[in-house]
Amino acid sequence: MDHAIAVHDLVVERGRRRVLHGVSCAVPRGSVTGLLGPSGSGKTTLMRAVVGVQTVRSGSVTVLGRPAGAASLRSRVGYLTQAPSVYADLTVRENARYFAVLQGRGRAEADRAVADVGLAEAAGQLVGTLSGGQRSRASLACALVGEPELIVLDEPTVGQDPVLRADLWARFHALAATGTTLLVSSHVMDEAARCDRLLLIREGRLIADDTPDAVRAAAGVDDLDEAFLRLIRAGGTVGGTGGSADPPRGATRPGDAAGGRS
Amino acid sequence: MSPRILAATTGRILRQLRHDRRTVALLVVVPALLLTLVNFMYADQPTPPGRPSMFDRVALVLLGVFPFVIMFLVTSIAMLRERTSGTLERLLTTPLGRLDLLFGYGIAFGVAAAGQAAIAAAVAYWVFGLSTAGSSALVIGIAVVNAVLGVALGLFCSAFARTEFQAVQFMPVVVIPQLLLCGLFVARDEMAGWLQAVSYALPLSYAVEALQEVGAHADPTGTMWRDLGVVAGAVVLALVLAAATLRRRSG
Repeated sequence: MDHAIAVHDLVVERGRRRVLHGVSCAVPRGSVTGLLGPSGSGKTTLMRAVVGVQTVRSGSVTVLGRPAGAASLRSRVGYLTQAPSVYADLTVRENARYFAVLQGRGRAEADRAVADVGLAEAAGQLVGTLSGGQRSRASLACALVGEPELIVLDEPTVGQDPVLRADLWARFHALAATGTTLLVSSHVMDEAARCDRLLLIREGRLIADDTPDAVRAAAGVDDLDEAFLRLIRAGGTVGGTGGSADPPRGATRPGDAAGGRS
Repeated sequence: MSPRILAATTGRILRQLRHDRRTVALLVVVPALLLTLVNFMYADQPTPPGRPSMFDRVALVLLGVFPFVIMFLVTSIAMLRERTSGTLERLLTTPLGRLDLLFGYGIAFGVAAAGQAAIAAAVAYWVFGLSTAGSSALVIGIAVVNAVLGVALGLFCSAFARTEFQAVQFMPVVVIPQLLLCGLFVARDEMAGWLQAVSYALPLSYAVEALQEVGAHADPTGTMWRDLGVVAGAVVLALVLAAATLRRRSG
């Protein structure tokens, strides 16, 4: 299978603490993959490794066929940080236009990205005067503006009202339908059901890598929240990158929690 | 480096400045107010025969030093904001080169400093009758080079601050020793040998000497050009050091 992201045995330490313990996973192209887990589980660290800004201890991350962080990837990968990283003292439009130029795009693309996140009316407003939800959408517009092949979004829907959240997810799927790959993190389980595939991560270990249906089937419940809980209690891993579910395996050695390589 | 990205970055930084009207007003008004203060301070001081008046001496140095101090402060805070708000991390995942960012700051704040220096010089020459043997354009030019030195040092020093409280404290560390030893308060050849040595290692000493050369000579002197060259070299060195602090990968 052609993978947009392939992570192999990734170990990351921040300070003296080990944040990722040998994570392996793969993200297929043209899909929306959810990266779910409680806060502090290592989601952001994994995403930073994918966009190539995280110092890694060992293991490899391959993105669109190149090592993560390679110079040639900078125009092919879009990254939304968890805290909105836009200039508060510029307007939404000015922000989008600046990031558009960095990605070799023009004003039209910038204005379209602003409209796509529902900020057309606030385009002339300073980002510093926006609400928290609007501000993170302004940041999202700047990540989408270059029409990258891979979009890495760290909690893009936090603070958005339900209607906007539904709109944003529809937008993500529309992008995936055109061949774009999206890796979207969330700590809200009801968003997991909207993903084509799920990566469940806890305490720096991957505990599931499968479709939402397969995760439900593996745990034997319909509710993904409950399924996640059961998987944690079972302490096991499910699934592979092929899409079919393996039953949870109870006796997994620590450090081999990556799953999918049975 | 890409001219397109450099131009966009410079424009972006100037746009940020333009939206902050109060900062722009302060940049314009404060040097003029300080010059007024200096003018009144030295109003009744006798001028020693054959030497420039105290006001001429102090105002000339102030015109060159002020942009250095202000641009150092403004840049350290602006760059610290880039680091703490996540915009720097995001920029480094885009095709933007590190030099695009550093030169963008240098050019944008250099332009702002040119405006500031021109207004301050206009006030000094026309309102308070500052007289220099050399041309006022040279004074403004040296002021702009000093401002760019302030920008370069600010870009570098911001790497060592985690908060804005820390960042502003680098101002006394970087600026005040240079100001004390630059020859404004005690002539450099009257200082103790080791202080002279320190003074020769600090770029602001050369900037002030260049200004004094313009004050005393009608035409640009070799010393002035050499001094400007030293300051420009210090700018390049500080930019190289600043580039080394911009890591694409971090822990």
